[in-house]
Amino acid sequence: MSLWEYANPKRFMQISAAVLPWVAGFGGVCLAVGLIWGFFGTPEDYRQGATVKIMYLHVPAALLAINGWLMMLAASLIWLIRRHHVSALAARAAAPVGLTMTVIALVTGAIWGQPMWGTWWVWDPRLTSFLILGLFYLGYIALWEAIDDADTAADLTSVLCLVGSVFAILSRYAVLFWNQGLHQGASLSLDKEENVADVFYFPLLLCIAGFVLIFLALVLYRTRTEIRLRRLQALMARDRLL
Amino acid sequence: MPELGKYAGEVLSAYGISLALLAVLVAVSLARGRRVRAKLRAYEDRKGAR
Repeated sequence: MSLWEYANPKRFMQISAAVLPWVAGFGGVCLAVGLIWGFFGTPEDYRQGATVKIMYLHVPAALLAINGWLMMLAASLIWLIRRHHVSALAARAAAPVGLTMTVIALVTGAIWGQPMWGTWWVWDPRLTSFLILGLFYLGYIALWEAIDDADTAADLTSVLCLVGSVFAILSRYAVLFWNQGLHQGASLSLDKEENVADVFYFPLLLCIAGFVLIFLALVLYRTRTEIRLRRLQALMARDRLL
Repeated sequence: MPELGKYAGEVLSAYGISLALLAVLVAVSLARGRRVRAKLRAYEDRKGAR
């Protein structure tokens, strides 16, 4: 069976209906256990105090804000190259979820930064590119809403997604490109010296798994909605012609 | 409730705002999904009845 069979809307609806409850349920359990473990079961950090508990929201949300855009990039490329409608609709469905993750990461980052850095915001390379990524999310959603013809909207938003990918990548690697700014390096690393301590690491992993699964569940659900809406619009357009 | 010390306000507001944003996103997605499904079903039923 070819991977492209899943691009058939009918097949996508069948498979997503079967998978969605499991992904959503497992995601909810992972997130609940991870957050409860992180909030109630981990100690204060010796430097950051109790603010370290903000990490369980900030890190997964930031990770998904960036990778959500990269998922939209992959879907947009599939649309541009192979013209599969489901991929364009999946990219559209993911945008509000990615925007919410970006807002969560920005807000929790500001709340965390104030006591640690002495300021809510600084024009640091990573923070600035992250803010621009958030604006790209807004622009992407607005562009979809602004164009009536669905295929033209999918084409233009895909191009916008390609351009915005620069900022998605920058916000991940800005710390490495520019050796300046207040934001620390990655919390998770294969280097044991750089990685967070085990006591924080395992609940953080659970929170990340929970956020990823909830992101997936929301994108699947919202893509199903977009497919239904597209079908309704197609039926109404056909009836107007008859 | 864990002892959050002088950072209780920051930690609780970060959790409150984040969980509220997630809840709004889920609620809006579900509401829109139900509305579109009901509209499509009604339209298809009307077409089937004709």
